[in-house]
Amino acid sequence: MAELLQVELVAADRLVWSGEATRIIARTSEGDVGILRGHAPLLSVMIEGVVEIDTNDDGSFLAAVDAGFISVANDRVSLLAEHVDLADHIDVDEAREAVRKYSDADPDDTAAQSALRRAEARVRAVERR
Amino acid sequence: MAVSLREYRARIKSTESMKKITRAMELIAASRIIKAQQRARQAAPYARELTRSVSAVATYASVDHPLTTEPEDPKKAAMLVITSDRGLAGAYSSSVIKESERLAARLRDEGKEISTYITGRKGQAYFTFRDRPVVEAWTGFSDQPTYDDAKEIGDTLVAAFLGDPEDDDDHGVDEVHLVYTQFKSMLVQEPHTVRLLPLEVVEGEAKPESDEVLPLYEFEPSGAEVLDELLPRYVNSRIYFALLQASASELAARQKAMKAATDNADELIKKFTRIANQARQAGITQEISEIVGGVNALADANAAKE
Repeated sequence: MAELLQVELVAADRLVWSGEATRIIARTSEGDVGILRGHAPLLSVMIEGVVEIDTNDDGSFLAAVDAGFISVANDRVSLLAEHVDLADHIDVDEAREAVRKYSDADPDDTAAQSALRRAEARVRAVERR
Repeated sequence: MAVSLREYRARIKSTESMKKITRAMELIAASRIIKAQQRARQAAPYARELTRSVSAVATYASVDHPLTTEPEDPKKAAMLVITSDRGLAGAYSSSVIKESERLAARLRDEGKEISTYITGRKGQAYFTFRDRPVVEAWTGFSDQPTYDDAKEIGDTLVAAFLGDPEDDDDHGVDEVHLVYTQFKSMLVQEPHTVRLLPLEVVEGEAKPESDEVLPLYEFEPSGAEVLDELLPRYVNSRIYFALLQASASELAARQKAMKAATDNADELIKKFTRIANQARQAGITQEISEIVGGVNALADANAAKE
């Protein structure tokens, strides 16, 4: 048991996934970070992107997340984001449509820009699957 | 008599159909409460982790943040009142509005200027009817709020608190209060006031155990920047929690009110049925006595002839 990371992937309105994993890759504001067992306690700002979780049975899955946080302590990892979409549940056409819609948005419009980054993350999550 | 008998029957019928409606509303509210409670439970992990993170940052990185700084001389206050969109929920909306009036009176006594924010059509109607200024009102989600609704409200309130950074005279409001209904149980819902901003970290439902030592986190990029991202989300999550509590309370209040209405309808039907029976009986008695009277009169007339 102690050999694995206890992971909770949490959206604002529900617990999306919880279980054991061997490795997690997430995108923070400083760049991608990979977490293995025994990682030092870390609290970092996550940006819109794709989270990759390798589960203990040699499988792995992807999820698109909003800006949020990753906290690591004592082999417990919590990934918090306002919205979390598992790659298997993403409607890729809708995500592509959103990318098109926001791609020429005003660069000063922060809401549109974050919507664009969210949609891009969703598309990436599907494409990397 | 025959006319009133028909009238009573019509009343019984209309009461019965009313009873069917209130009974249906009672059942709908009851089934939705379960969903509302589930949503509240599902939101709990996020709130818990967020609270843990905020207290971790607050413990290890001594950073001042505008959202946690107490203003020296608070002059302006904002108040967010969470009411329902629809009525037929007993005293639910009026009791939370009364609580907000108490808070407003207290703030005014302290010499603060109040700006009001509202969610729910009932509260909006109350304030516009009395010509009170409302800065912003959100409606249409009181029985099933989503996180995005809470986020919109939270962003507005945080912006109002921080003021306009480009305008030196606009420092924003000095404190933000939240009036909502706490869901204690299916039978008890209490209006409740909390101060949302400036934040008092580590309080509320998901407080970490006091004997739990928080790990020595590394903050990336820095404690201040993590806090910058964390605190607005913490505010949003608190508002979401309040909205969920309020929606569960609203449904519970509606269920209770509709149960009382159904019971009252039952009583009325019973009463009307009794009166209608009495009227019918009286009608029959009268008819019999008329016939008997007529027969007697005929018999008397015949006897007089002989």
